[in-house]
Amino acid sequence: MASLSVEPRAPVADVASAAESRAPDRYDLLRIPLLRTILRHRAFQFSLMLVNTFFFMIVILSGLVGTPVGNRNFSIIFVWIVWWALLIMVLIPFASRLWCMMCPIPALGEWAQRGALIGRRIGRPFGLNLTWPKPLRNIWLQNLSFVGVATFSAVILTRPVVTSWVLISFIALAFGSMLVFRRRAFCRYICPVGGFIALYSMTAPVEIRVKDPEVCLKHCAAECVRGSENSYGCPWMEYPGTLTRNAYCGMCTECIKACPIGNVSVNLRPFGTDLLEPVRHLDEAYKGFIMLAAALIYSTVMLGPWGLFKDWANLGTGSFPHFVLYALGLVTTMLVIVPGLFLLASWIAKRASGARTASLRKLFVAFGYTTVPLGLMGWIAFSLSFVFINVSYAIPVLSDPFGWGWDLLGTASYPWTPYIPIVLPYLQVPLLLGGLILAIRLGYRVAVETLGNPRQALVALVPLATLLTGLTGVFLWLYLG
Amino acid sequence: MTRLPTWVFVAVAVVLVSAVVLFITSSGWVGSRPTERTITLDAHQFAFTPSTITVNQGDHVRIELVSTDVTHGFYLDSYDVEIAAPPGRPSTGEFVANRAGTFRFRCSQTCGPLHPFMIGELTVQPAARVNPGPFLAALALAILLGIGTVVWQWKSALRSEVLHG
Repeated sequence: MASLSVEPRAPVADVASAAESRAPDRYDLLRIPLLRTILRHRAFQFSLMLVNTFFFMIVILSGLVGTPVGNRNFSIIFVWIVWWALLIMVLIPFASRLWCMMCPIPALGEWAQRGALIGRRIGRPFGLNLTWPKPLRNIWLQNLSFVGVATFSAVILTRPVVTSWVLISFIALAFGSMLVFRRRAFCRYICPVGGFIALYSMTAPVEIRVKDPEVCLKHCAAECVRGSENSYGCPWMEYPGTLTRNAYCGMCTECIKACPIGNVSVNLRPFGTDLLEPVRHLDEAYKGFIMLAAALIYSTVMLGPWGLFKDWANLGTGSFPHFVLYALGLVTTMLVIVPGLFLLASWIAKRASGARTASLRKLFVAFGYTTVPLGLMGWIAFSLSFVFINVSYAIPVLSDPFGWGWDLLGTASYPWTPYIPIVLPYLQVPLLLGGLILAIRLGYRVAVETLGNPRQALVALVPLATLLTGLTGVFLWLYLG
Repeated sequence: MTRLPTWVFVAVAVVLVSAVVLFITSSGWVGSRPTERTITLDAHQFAFTPSTITVNQGDHVRIELVSTDVTHGFYLDSYDVEIAAPPGRPSTGEFVANRAGTFRFRCSQTCGPLHPFMIGELTVQPAARVNPGPFLAALALAILLGIGTVVWQWKSALRSEVLHG
């Protein structure tokens, strides 16, 4: 008998009682017959990936052969404004990893690996099909790949040809890794975007879970892991029976198709549910620090009035030594300064609360998760600032994607029109304040979970709340100051 | 009847309070003595010099835009003022700074790769001495909310302790 090919991270918890306690505030979307039919159809994911692959080809082509002027080129406008806005403001906060389900980057690799586009081909997958190395079964590689991309972001975000080559390199890397390693190793362990989607998807009000974990325990065939005649085993190497968080569920819907007893559900649920799960990892905490730091740095460099920073970040026209200085500053802020502030808050919290049972590391990791609500709101606030101001560039670009003087839809001469600049602070401030409240409330929950004593947790909360309020103050200063 | 969860009330309160605070602190709710100001703004890839401008609420501001490399523009958020200046041909625009707060001005003419991020800041200091301006007001709100949330947790913990021993 083939062994279960799962790469679990979380310990198997008391899933039965957890599911029972969760049940009252869930609504299974698969109760809707039309949705159930669509999600169980094999062509569902393929269709979405195919459409996005088509757009992706236009993106890459326009970057390579289109105008080098970023705001006249389809690649820059549709990747870094339209797609980014949809991803960070809609898809992640409301639909978890829905983007991962339709992402075109791993499409070629997955189709090659399976030797099929839509149907289920029975037999050994194409490629070496190696197991991903155990020491790398975490998101540290994704943390590093994100820092790498972030370092060159001023260049990537503004040069169509660079955007294209970065995307081509992602496709090549995904293709190569999927020919060497089994299933979606690229998405789960390498993709720089996948890392932060994993972290922030835990806030979303949607989840794919089993209805009754007991049923899974008794059902030995485990088609959701091994695959069936009509489905592939979980490409994300998860076992739905013990899934308690969205982080590594790519929402590919294979488990829905696989389960012969209909034990998989797609639930609506309260926001942020997964953040309360007592599963904490240093790599994920670090992802939170990196993302929070990135939102602060981008808000400073991209949206601030300091031309000097833009010059330094802009490798294309700036000087190389200044770029190195900028890169060092960025990496240090992401990997040392922001985590250092949280370490300091954790140390003060531990000392002040007199907690003896929990280690400083455990408290530090737990506090790291409070960056999720604040960081996500910080990213949305940052994105609001440039998306509404620049999204009107998309209208002429639709008519002239390559910047060659076409006017396909008659909109090529639509002028740049900044939308609702006067309203932006009214959106940004409540978002940031809401993020602060959620972060502090989560801080209390993780402090209780880590220290075990509500009174100690309240004392420990004070330095953390001070830090979170300070960071919110920095965001407010960057947007209003 | 189903009772709405607490977070809905909190979210609505945060939105309303923020909106009121931002509106009050940015509007010209106390009279001021306007002065005339002329500011020469040097525009080059991808920055304005000076990059930050400070005026008083009510001032009549005249911007003279001078481009030194390629054609640049000037668009002031929330004021809807726009001018463009080719290199060597300065251009001017005028407005009354009637809203307090910090507002971004940005290049409105495609000028190179970092054009969307060619940004400066205009700070309009509130006319009324008692008006702290939107940033300080929002910061005070953040501090109050931070303390309030900790106290909320504290009270919840105490209540839970009383209930459950």
